Amino acid sequence: MTAAVSVQNATKTFGMFTALNDVSLDIEAGEFIVLLGPSGCGKTTLLSILGGFLSPTNGRISIGGREMTHVQPANRPTTTMFQDYALFPHMKLRDNVGFGLRMRGMAKAARDEKALGFLDLVGLRAAAEKKPHELSGGQRQRVALARALAVDPDVLLLDEPLGALDLKLRRQMQDELKAIQKRVGTTFVHVTHDQEEAMAIADRIVVMNQGRIEDIGAPADIYMRPRSLFSAGFMGEVNFIPGRVADVDPVSAQIETALGTMTLARSAFTAGAPFAGQAVTLCIRPEHFRRAGNGTAELVTLGSAQMTGQAFFGTHYRCHLRPQGAPDLSIIAHMPQSAHVSEGEAVTLAVHAGDVVVLPSATKDA
Amino acid sequence: MSMTLEQSEQRKAWGFVAPALAWTLAFFVVPFLFMVAMSLWSRQSGAIVRAWNLDNYLAFFEKAALFKGLVNSLEITLIVTVLSVVLAYPLAWIIAERVPKRFQRMALIMAVLPFWTSYVVRSYSWLLVLSKNGVVNQTLMTVGLVGEPLELASNRTATVIGFTHFFVMLLTLTIYANLIQLSPNYRRAAADLGANAFETFWHVIVPLTLPGIMTGAFLTFVLCIGDYVTPQILGGNNELVLPQIIMLQLGRRADFPMAAALSIILMLAVTLAYVLCARWLKIERA
Amino acid sequence: MLRNVLISTASWVYATLIFGFIFLPVAVLVLFSFQDGRLPVPPFNGFSTQWYTAVFADRKLMAALLNSFVVALFSSLIACLLGFLAAYALARHKLPGSALQRGLLIAPMTVSYLIIALGLLTVLNAFGIPLSLSTVGIGHVVINLPLCFAIIYSSMGDHHVNIERAARDLGASDIKVMVLVTAPMLMPSILAAFFLSVTFSWDEFIIAFLLSRFDVTLPVEIWSLLRSGLNPKTNAIGSLVFQVSVAVLMLLEFTLFRKTGKS
Repeated sequence: MTAAVSVQNATKTFGMFTALNDVSLDIEAGEFIVLLGPSGCGKTTLLSILGGFLSPTNGRISIGGREMTHVQPANRPTTTMFQDYALFPHMKLRDNVGFGLRMRGMAKAARDEKALGFLDLVGLRAAAEKKPHELSGGQRQRVALARALAVDPDVLLLDEPLGALDLKLRRQMQDELKAIQKRVGTTFVHVTHDQEEAMAIADRIVVMNQGRIEDIGAPADIYMRPRSLFSAGFMGEVNFIPGRVADVDPVSAQIETALGTMTLARSAFTAGAPFAGQAVTLCIRPEHFRRAGNGTAELVTLGSAQMTGQAFFGTHYRCHLRPQGAPDLSIIAHMPQSAHVSEGEAVTLAVHAGDVVVLPSATKDA
Repeated sequence: MSMTLEQSEQRKAWGFVAPALAWTLAFFVVPFLFMVAMSLWSRQSGAIVRAWNLDNYLAFFEKAALFKGLVNSLEITLIVTVLSVVLAYPLAWIIAERVPKRFQRMALIMAVLPFWTSYVVRSYSWLLVLSKNGVVNQTLMTVGLVGEPLELASNRTATVIGFTHFFVMLLTLTIYANLIQLSPNYRRAAADLGANAFETFWHVIVPLTLPGIMTGAFLTFVLCIGDYVTPQILGGNNELVLPQIIMLQLGRRADFPMAAALSIILMLAVTLAYVLCARWLKIERA
Repeated sequence: MLRNVLISTASWVYATLIFGFIFLPVAVLVLFSFQDGRLPVPPFNGFSTQWYTAVFADRKLMAALLNSFVVALFSSLIACLLGFLAAYALARHKLPGSALQRGLLIAPMTVSYLIIALGLLTVLNAFGIPLSLSTVGIGHVVINLPLCFAIIYSSMGDHHVNIERAARDLGASDIKVMVLVTAPMLMPSILAAFFLSVTFSWDEFIIAFLLSRFDVTLPVEIWSLLRSGLNPKTNAIGSLVFQVSVAVLMLLEFTLFRKTGKS
């Protein structure tokens, strides 16, 4: 089963602290949504409001079109998978998974069978008679998932469920989560602070900061076309280059920066139309830099820069560069494995015009 | 407007805590307040007169027999507390440091085994040991050390022995619990810095176990000063302690107001002791 | 080396002396409960179980034994139940004045039993409530509730919060969460609280003495036996209680608490 979720103007305050600030969000039925942000950004508060562990101070929640704002967790079509798994330590796995069915009055034989089916889904049917303490972290994780899914929720809420796992296991579990979500079709709302995890599993990512939604979109969209400086910085390494809009015409805009003047299409302005005199920040991902002189017409050159340090990362070299036009700016660029990079070398920096995103510079209150 | 989730949770929580609070209020707080009121009334010609006055408290300070009760109580309690700490500490230390780890729990259980005699019977059993024809006297006479049986029971010494017996067991438990928590690294560090065994013990181990000692000592004080059974069985009639005097008011004279006043005074003594050791007392919380 | 031997020897001597002091009265008590004669003091005339027979034939003593058992059982059950509910409420929810509430619930622990008994007695008298085993039980709940509350409250760690949330999330009512999840998780401390409570109630004298009338508990019945002075029958009932208690203690030690580790 699955259902759409709608959050309208949700605000949550704890005393003087505003955990959630006028957040509205519509989630489609069957979507895999990831709430992404640093700790304290309000993502867990939002999840608790969806799960029925907190009421919003203002605003409304509806799930599958039904008003849910003040409904008890037990009476919601949601289940939550907790960060610490929260398995019942004194119950066998079968009884853990069957607990929700037991609460719904299902007879023992029927619920045991269904519980075994869900343990099978997560590959732990053989361990049904074990107790949680006999399992590894990854296995507990799967049991928690099976238990949450066993009651056929419309919406599954996942509170940093992979946070306690080591990196390798986390990547593996991400794939499994995604596969299981596809299979059961339930709406998943997943909270994490790991942007790679978010990109790996999400249909859409919701980037949150200081109680507000900064950006919503598909992973590639958020990464390539961020709509806020925070979002651009949180999704991965990025170079911020300050500039000013010098001139605007119907299809493009001219921007002056310390690295030269350049003309960019208006589509580069993801957060709204530019205007002359606007203070802006250019966002360029390290892997978007090209060495000039490859002859492609759309390349925008950013002048010469001096290599001040580099490290080999396997897939690429990560290089620190000091532009000649702005010696106090430090640029990070990725160079191909085959590149011969050496310290002190002068490089001419260039970038595809289409890869550059221009956002309004942070105002003082941001 | 329906209740928020937090509000309905809180309302249920009130429901869960209410029975315990109600029980404590009805059977502890109200009786206590009633007793305070009672202590300000008086008993005249067999009836309790509800006229507010301080007569009972004044009488306590004026009548030597009553005031002496508090003095006896305090003296006995202090002697017992000090004696018990002094006797229990080495035993706790021996169990914690000299007994092999896997026998420690057993040694501890043995050290407190007599807890499981009935409290009343425990005092009585000291009577068997200390009375005129008891074990000690008979042994001494058989050996020929004394010709006449000694008066060992029915005096303050017997009360102190009876109490000390009980509280040595209790303090061994609390002090052991404290010693066992100390990291052996403290001792190593002290030795490393040039302290000898005695200096280490006196400057490091004792200060670190002080909270445990004080907790046990306070517990001893509270239980000892409020006890009626031990002095009544072992103490004889010459030096009554406060609880005995309170019971006398209840029994023969049915003077509830006076008994209440004396109880309040007893409680004030405990409160005073608490204030004096408060800085060492840690009431553990989750 | 020499010093170590000295310390070792001194330790053994001291431990032997103190253990002698601790066990002397109990040993005398038990030994002379088998006295073949009317006085439980030396000389030991010979082995006899006549006083045990006398104890079992004493209907008042047997009734008191049963009364003690009933009072201990019910007062401990009530104290554990109320303590558990209060601990659940105060550990899991933010209630206004929770520090004050905790203080109030713990308060009876710091007051002498005599004073608690006296307070209850004056109120019961004022309301004309007759004294009975029930009033003794009420008093015993007053002294055991703080104990049960403190033990269970301190074992309710925050790591259990999400487990209880998960149970509620899966549809369990509060009562079901407590019965099916919280109580099983806290079983060691609940049992510890219960057995401690039973021990305290079983052994308690002054409250039982002041708040009972016709039906009395064992300590009160033994108290009235003491009026007859030194009496092997008192030895016998005392030894009996001691031996049964130790047997139960050992049973618990080797079964129930073995599993829960070395705590």
